[in-house]
Amino acid sequence: MKQQPLLFELGKPGRKAVDLPVCDVPQVTGLLPDNCLRSQKAALPELSQLELMRHYTQLSNRNFGVDTGFYPLGSCTMKYNPKINEDVARYAGLSLLHPLQPAATAQGAMEILYKIEEDLAEIAGMAGVTMQPVAGAHGELTGLKVIRAYHRDRGDLVRTKVIVPDSAHGTNPASTTMCGMEVVEIKSEADGSIDLEALKAAVGPDTAALMLTNPSTLGLFESKIEAIAAIVHEAGGLLYYDGANANAIMGIVRPGDMGFDVVHFNLHKTFATPHGGGGPGSGPIGVKEKLVPFLPNPRVQKVNDKYSWVNSEKSIGKMHGFHGNFGVIVRAYAYILSMGGTGLRQASEDAVLNANYCKKLLSEVFDSPFERFCMHECVLTSKKQQANGIHTLDIAKRLLDYGYHPPTIYFPLIVEEAIMIEPTETESKETLDGFIDAMKKIAVEAAENPEIVHTAPHNTIVSRLDETLAARKPVVRWEP
Amino acid sequence: MTWSYLPHTAEDRQEMLAAIGVQSPMDLFVDIPEQIRLHRALNLPAPLSEPELAKFFQKMAAANANLQEYACFLGAGAYDHFIPSTVDHVLRRSEFYTAYTQYQPEISQGYLQALWEYQSMICEITGMPVANASMYDGATAMAEAAILACHATNRNEILVARSVHPHYREVLATYALDFGFAIKEIAFSAGVTSLEDLTGMIGKATATVIIQNPNFFGSVEDLSALIEVTHAAGALFVTVADPLALGVLEAPGKLGSDMVVGEGQPLGLAIAFGGPYLGFFAASSKLMRKLPGRIVGQTVDRDGKRGFVLTLQAREQHIRREKATSNICSNEALCALAVSVYLATMGKEGYAETAEQCSQKAHYAYNEIIKTGAAQAVFAAPFFQEFVVKVNKPVAEINEELLQKKMIGGLDLGQYYPDLAGHMLLCVTENRTKVEIDALVAGLGALA
Repeated sequence: MKQQPLLFELGKPGRKAVDLPVCDVPQVTGLLPDNCLRSQKAALPELSQLELMRHYTQLSNRNFGVDTGFYPLGSCTMKYNPKINEDVARYAGLSLLHPLQPAATAQGAMEILYKIEEDLAEIAGMAGVTMQPVAGAHGELTGLKVIRAYHRDRGDLVRTKVIVPDSAHGTNPASTTMCGMEVVEIKSEADGSIDLEALKAAVGPDTAALMLTNPSTLGLFESKIEAIAAIVHEAGGLLYYDGANANAIMGIVRPGDMGFDVVHFNLHKTFATPHGGGGPGSGPIGVKEKLVPFLPNPRVQKVNDKYSWVNSEKSIGKMHGFHGNFGVIVRAYAYILSMGGTGLRQASEDAVLNANYCKKLLSEVFDSPFERFCMHECVLTSKKQQANGIHTLDIAKRLLDYGYHPPTIYFPLIVEEAIMIEPTETESKETLDGFIDAMKKIAVEAAENPEIVHTAPHNTIVSRLDETLAARKPVVRWEP
Repeated sequence: MTWSYLPHTAEDRQEMLAAIGVQSPMDLFVDIPEQIRLHRALNLPAPLSEPELAKFFQKMAAANANLQEYACFLGAGAYDHFIPSTVDHVLRRSEFYTAYTQYQPEISQGYLQALWEYQSMICEITGMPVANASMYDGATAMAEAAILACHATNRNEILVARSVHPHYREVLATYALDFGFAIKEIAFSAGVTSLEDLTGMIGKATATVIIQNPNFFGSVEDLSALIEVTHAAGALFVTVADPLALGVLEAPGKLGSDMVVGEGQPLGLAIAFGGPYLGFFAASSKLMRKLPGRIVGQTVDRDGKRGFVLTLQAREQHIRREKATSNICSNEALCALAVSVYLATMGKEGYAETAEQCSQKAHYAYNEIIKTGAAQAVFAAPFFQEFVVKVNKPVAEINEELLQKKMIGGLDLGQYYPDLAGHMLLCVTENRTKVEIDALVAGLGALA
């Protein structure tokens, strides 16, 4: 396949891709003073509509989505995105709404917000939910601000530290910094579980919270969670649940019942909304009763079957210009309604079944550092393939030649040469068998023909790219 | 019960359990202590089939007044512009929307190129050399610009115009609180930021001055004068720009703005009750390595072929963790793709023409309203597509009447600015016809 030219290398002056109406009001000159006007029109492309659609169609042919093939990215939950959800989100009555139009004219939209909040509260075991955050990291920041506001409100101003295990996703420490707090990193046990002694040593009167995900970023359930919650609560801190791995536990165990005070969900993971190539997502948070007053403004309230906006005096304020990613929320709500409680539970059971199936069969050939059953994702390493200098990166690149998106690589940081596989519940047994087969073939290549693995990929439109050059000499825009 | 999104048959599950060596699926959950498990079903409604789901959402949709049925004269940060058909057709391609972040660039060249083209076009319209691949929305983009400025200058005072969108100022305050940054508001006079007030309050502690253009009232600000004062104090200037207004207004980069951020919704994003939207973020070269968010860069592969990758990742959370420039991970990539398609579809002429028509129609509406006495003029400042009028009845009452006539009226400014009680903020985009505008004028006139 050839490369696709740049947009700016296509078209010709005078071409257009859409027919616009002439101005139907009498036109007047001098509406704006000369000194604030553009001296030159912005140099945007001039393409015919066909040229334009070909360009983007060709670009799409040089991309890979869940609909293209298996996408076992650990921690990302690349499950199938239902098509009916795309349709309902586009209904005029749900997409052609102004966020500030009078509440009386948006009762359907507000009902959706109210009801999904109820459903997520039930799934999480929480008292109140806000849909305002638009990404997982955004939910983390919102949740940490709620926690900080709660402590401030109690007159406790010294709680400025957040405990984060070294296995945590990068957004956890980054969100802590964005909330003006200090990260206290504690070293995990070898299997990624919390070292209770390290935790006891780390908590104190300056502990605002512990951020944790369960199952952990290694895909293993933290069985000591009750003890962990007790330690943190006794020290006066709160527990924050990173919901990135919630796909393992829906209907089986709830973060609220584990002892967590704040939860965020990634609707673009657990609740099947599309990843979009990097968003838009949605990162709602749920909180226990005592934290509800601090949630972002405004919230939807229901009085006598009518929905209206209400502000809380103790709210942390606003985290988004309007109400969050409503279009994404509609898709997630459609997913919840189509699955029901039984379907969500079945999804989690199948996700865990799939991951253990892959783990069992792949550990015949790959190093599988953890004996016990994994949850919805499993972590392997490339240690057994290193004889000929093959690393995790090489295996990932060779998988591209077999038509698969690679698993997550080099995360979690605490497992050397990690390969994290999350085969979501929407994948069939045949797909898993095909992937396992490809991985085994690559393991054989690593032993018998390492060069082909080391220099992979071979069948993609470009070979390995020079990322060092891209960072040293950044070229981030087109110049004529 | 079975679901179309869960492919396993009873047979599949049996085979897989046997391969693992367990009897039942719950054997895999042995690590979860019994006492914390949920020992009941989730209390959620029974699952809906596909046609039932469609009918359910049709009912929800019907309970809202939508902008196809009602002529929208409300702006205030979300705009009813025409969206060409090409945009949604590209967004519906599953190779784009079901993809993940481009961590494996070899199979993501299509999306990476589209995002690089987006960055290029944002740079072009803002007149800046660098742009990232999106923030959450205009409000959070503004907040992150302020944080960047404080870190870059090592100062902690943020001056923001009171004529900046009230929600944006609220988000800024929420973000800034936990950093301990101080925020001061610059007064407006005659509908634009007071240069005098700014000059009086700016000083050595000022990290940044944030001005919206056109501002919340629709007025065009004198950026050059404001930038001069800002730079003289050693602070960074942030323009919060309407990206469609840039079709007629000078690029803030050409006037010396250090950062240009704003809401990308006017460029082809469905108004969608407030989201998903997009924060565009452009900056000077000096600030490139401090930028939040993803940046796509051009490079070569092993054979010297041009290719694209996510670059300068050392700024980001997955590499730098607590030292990252921001915590942002998932952003609004598909919205950036939509903006790309919109700008490429409108093209050089269509983009300028659309902006011009917004201005023409808004001024036609304004002149007719004032001429007929339907409402009174307030600010003399030049405006783009929004303007403020004074009305004689409560704004809520006027809007109730307009609703009966299938129009959504302007914003009740008194809700946000007590000094502007009894004032309405009206918006007229290129998407309003002369017939609709004349109906608005008549509607307001009947209540004058």
